[in-house]
Amino acid sequence: MKIWVPCDAAAVACGADEVAAAIASAAGLRGETIEIIRNGTRGMIWLEPLVEIERDGVRHGFGPMTPDDVPALFEDGEHPKALGPVEEIPFFAQQTRLTFARCGRTDPLSLADYEADEGWQGLKRALELGGAQTIEEVTTSGLRGRGGAGFPTGIKWKTVAGAEAPQKYIVCNADEGDSGSFADRMLMEGDPYCLIEGMAIAGLAVGATKGFIYVRSEYPHAIRTLNAAIKAARAAGIIGDSLMGQGPAFDLEVRVGAGAYICGEETSLLNSLEGKRGMVRAKPPLPALEGAFGRPTVVNNVLSLAAVPWILIHGGAAYAEFGLGRSRGTIPIQIAGNVKHGGLFETGFGMSLGTLVNEIGGGTASGRPFKAVQVGGPLGAYHGPDDFDLPVCYEAFADQGGLVGHAGFVVHDDSADMLALARYAMEFCAIESCGKCTPCRIGAVRGIETLDRVAAGDPAAIELLHELCEVMEKGSLCAMGGFTPYPVRSAIRLFPQEFSLSQEAAE
Amino acid sequence: MTEDDRLAAILADHAGREGALLPILHDVQAAYGCVPADCYQPIADALRLSRAEVAGVVSFYHDFRDAPAGKHVIKLCRAEACQSMGGTEMIARLEHALGMKVGETKGDVTLEAVYCLGLCACAPAAMVGDQLVGRASAERIEALVAEVSA
Repeated sequence: MKIWVPCDAAAVACGADEVAAAIASAAGLRGETIEIIRNGTRGMIWLEPLVEIERDGVRHGFGPMTPDDVPALFEDGEHPKALGPVEEIPFFAQQTRLTFARCGRTDPLSLADYEADEGWQGLKRALELGGAQTIEEVTTSGLRGRGGAGFPTGIKWKTVAGAEAPQKYIVCNADEGDSGSFADRMLMEGDPYCLIEGMAIAGLAVGATKGFIYVRSEYPHAIRTLNAAIKAARAAGIIGDSLMGQGPAFDLEVRVGAGAYICGEETSLLNSLEGKRGMVRAKPPLPALEGAFGRPTVVNNVLSLAAVPWILIHGGAAYAEFGLGRSRGTIPIQIAGNVKHGGLFETGFGMSLGTLVNEIGGGTASGRPFKAVQVGGPLGAYHGPDDFDLPVCYEAFADQGGLVGHAGFVVHDDSADMLALARYAMEFCAIESCGKCTPCRIGAVRGIETLDRVAAGDPAAIELLHELCEVMEKGSLCAMGGFTPYPVRSAIRLFPQEFSLSQEAAE
Repeated sequence: MTEDDRLAAILADHAGREGALLPILHDVQAAYGCVPADCYQPIADALRLSRAEVAGVVSFYHDFRDAPAGKHVIKLCRAEACQSMGGTEMIARLEHALGMKVGETKGDVTLEAVYCLGLCACAPAAMVGDQLVGRASAERIEALVAEVSA
């Protein structure tokens, strides 16, 4: 009997290791021969630990499991946590899983599993096509940077490919620091070879022989999985001196961050990679021309690179058939916070915010009324029910003074204190600012003080706060100071009474 | 192995590596529990940097400590997704129960804030030593602390 118990950090945090141990011991006691496979997560985090058992070739789910629920798995009769066939659970069945097609189905480190499921086919295709045509496919796909900036990936690759240099680099930005975001972590832990393949294709396309994956130190599980996967891929002759034994050299190295949110900003990341303080660099020069160690560098998010193998296998045009407007393909949405069905939901761009929160997410976890959803991490705006018609795509959110960012959606119920959340946005910016530009470094501190004045009932403080937000937005060097006003201003716009009640009380 | 030998071994491990400073500092912290100030000069010499450059990098990153933490480090996520699930209240209750504030070390226990562990769909989240805790509560973390410190 085959039994799957996820090894993903979220599943482990909810007790997956204890459940796996209980399954092994229960099977031992009963003399049953079982094979426990530690798969990635399906992304239905509210059901974790989600155990799967194969029956007649179909994988049936049970969750959320505790060790106490284990003995009943081996007994006749309906299990109280039975969920039926996993891939028929509506949250899963409604998705378009391209990037996450394998995640949750396979043993993340099994090269055999990977190969059996379209693994390395994209790289093989790229080796046949050559660099220029590979870039052409990526351009045709309309893929845009999934880290949040949304810059067309094909154009970035073309710039690096056209640059003359003795050494070029592929840098994967895996410094996923936005609250509400965990797709990068899920992919690195659940399907690391997919990222390796995407990076190898990028290296081949632009003529880079070395890649770095810069992972935040808060992700020890992902770091371990990536290191093991790189070692295995190298031993199998996929990467290393020659890609698949027929292409140019390409090797990979994991670099671990050190707890600085700002290193998710690409130029700050490059400085950190070089062993410097993670200070933001002014652009130009573009990293595509002068990036890591002053060499032409592709800096792409995990999800951008992991989308590439599918694009190469199925064609850029097939990828571009999904999506809305200028947002092509699929977006792995992460819905989290105070939501009933939290997890990863990959779908073509265009789903409405209301559908996502109420139908996919199932409303709040607490059962209390919905209040607001913050989209795109700590630098993203809060959106209320009036925005429920907004389709999830880069342009629609930008038009509303917000951003999709890395597509993390954090739901809050009516108990949320918006003044406290606005203050937190400024506080976070003050803690994490790299300090290079004044509007961000000083502005964030003044922002905390001004919000404290608002809370104390100072009637002049709100106007001052708006002015400060304008200075930060227009004057900051990067998105850290530039977008911190988004959550602050949107909170005030949506819930003005929470920023004035204290004034009235004081008056 | 003496202290100096340990540092020399770390520096030798990373000799010739591109951008070796962060990997070196991680290894130093793993060996010593912090990055002692008297390591700055030897690291600077090995990488042809100034002592100030090394000190500047150490002070920039939240991970690097100038003194070792307690034996048991408890990281509590303060970010928005955890706040939406009562994380702030959980931290306050835990601070009260342990008689210490975030950022402090008391006996063997260090309490720290962390800004996202990527466990946002099973918030609030924490880390007790190497153990991740999702759907956390002050009571559960207190029990884990009691377990590891016993």
